[in-house]
Amino acid sequence: MKKITSYSWSIFFVAIVLGVWEIAARLYDKSFLFPSPSAILIRLWELKTELFIHHLPPTALTILIGLSISIIIGSTLAIAMYSKKPIEQAFYPILIASQTIPVIALAPIFVLWFGYSIWSKVAVTVLITFFPITVSVFDGLRSSDKNLRELMRTMGASSKDIFYKLDLPSALPSFFSGLKVAVTLSVIGAAIGEWLGAQAGLGYFSRRMMTQFDSAAVFAPIVLLSAVGIIFFLLVVVLEKHFLHWRNHQ
Amino acid sequence: MLLLRKAFALTLEPALDNASGGKWTYDGFRPYYAPASHREVVFLCEFFEEMRSGMNMVNTVLEFTNVSFHYQATKASKPIVIFDQVDWHVQEGEFISIIGPSGYGKSTLFRLITGLENPDSGEISLNGEVATKRLGKVGYMPQQDLLMPWRTILENVQLPVELQGRKLSSDEIIQLLADFGLAGEENAYPGNLSGGMRQRVSFLRTILTGSNILLLDEPFSALDAITRLTMQEWLIDQWQKLDKTIVFITHDIDEALFLSDRIFVLAEKPVQTIREVVVPLSRPRTTRDLARPELMELKEQLISELRSEKRL
Repeated sequence: MKKITSYSWSIFFVAIVLGVWEIAARLYDKSFLFPSPSAILIRLWELKTELFIHHLPPTALTILIGLSISIIIGSTLAIAMYSKKPIEQAFYPILIASQTIPVIALAPIFVLWFGYSIWSKVAVTVLITFFPITVSVFDGLRSSDKNLRELMRTMGASSKDIFYKLDLPSALPSFFSGLKVAVTLSVIGAAIGEWLGAQAGLGYFSRRMMTQFDSAAVFAPIVLLSAVGIIFFLLVVVLEKHFLHWRNHQ
Repeated sequence: MLLLRKAFALTLEPALDNASGGKWTYDGFRPYYAPASHREVVFLCEFFEEMRSGMNMVNTVLEFTNVSFHYQATKASKPIVIFDQVDWHVQEGEFISIIGPSGYGKSTLFRLITGLENPDSGEISLNGEVATKRLGKVGYMPQQDLLMPWRTILENVQLPVELQGRKLSSDEIIQLLADFGLAGEENAYPGNLSGGMRQRVSFLRTILTGSNILLLDEPFSALDAITRLTMQEWLIDQWQKLDKTIVFITHDIDEALFLSDRIFVLAEKPVQTIREVVVPLSRPRTTRDLARPELMELKEQLISELRSEKRL
């Protein structure tokens, strides 16, 4: 009950924005430039087969593959940096520097390398989601309690014991925070990748409709994209609740 | 003299069958016994030797021999000597308290005993043997409870057993938890428990290391006064049941006097000798015992000792 009331203000606000938008769009009355929310929804319904069957699956696949690769490489690198100081010194600055690269500017290179296949889009997604995951896992590992580590050593724990029983569980909350950021970024990554070169996908479809001055059809896949982002985010929240259920006891 | 003779005869009681025929005489200063034969002399020598080793049955479980230790923050900084050729020992079954101002090596002492640090020179013996690798051999209970928030109480308590590659059954642990006044809490998380309860879990975890020596580092300092008193009485209770040797760090002199057989004072920098104070109280004790004049005097003396050192 409390949960619903805590969301009620944001629902109320969104309703007002949509209402104002609807009225403004109808008064302006140039739907090819400024479509009303109702027009977008109608267009979404009209394009449902095309969007859901042809364009949603490749985008969702790009996001899933990209995130998985980011999680695997990012966590591995974070663990390597945590366990060996020279690796941290070698990679940490590069990691930061990689974030100053404008990914959008780099994306055409990926198209050049990987062509119009799904891998050019995956590459953009990985590049954009890799950073938050690596940094959050690394910080999480570093946040493990030093006193607890020493206590475990007095109990005769090996470094392997300490890693599995202390460092990994300590890094989990931070990992999930990073994953939440990465999930929202992954949607952006996939969409950018598709703008630059694709044969299918929500980002690709949205851009194609722009060239046809069908602005309602530009918005329709964007609504879907953000829905995908929200669904993935909620999925992460559910996983987080499951793995960190002890947090409810504090 | 008669009394002495009686005492002697009494100690000899089991041996009287073999040792007899000698004569008691008195030379004006002290009584002595003149054995009748060479056979009797040999027997008596053996008998006293046996008695002496019998007295040594009170084993030394922890011993420092000539231990020196220093800290050095960085290579460039000046080394700070904490211990300078310290000799020290604790006997089996004793309750020992260590008091001293902060920064005088109480925690370092524990780090040396547990093996987290090694002495620059000298030897540390555990249970009569020189132990160069001590990690995993001594039970250590830290100041904060340091329970893992992601583990249930049952899993937390299991940790030291798990690290030794063994496993206790849930039933065994549930029974132990009940003995520690934690019945029904096995599936709770540390976040659900009060400070006193968490300390008891932490203590149980320390016991399950299986070590006969338990080092407790100011375990009750974060508790409120009433809880602390309850926990002190509870600890004494457990100590008497468990047959363990306890070394207890505290900065509370009352706590030290109430709990321990002997108190060791670390009040030099660097520490060269650890002064020993025997607490003149029998057990069981009550808090009222602490108000006795001789204890008050002892307390005053300890306070002034710690204070004068602090000023330096």
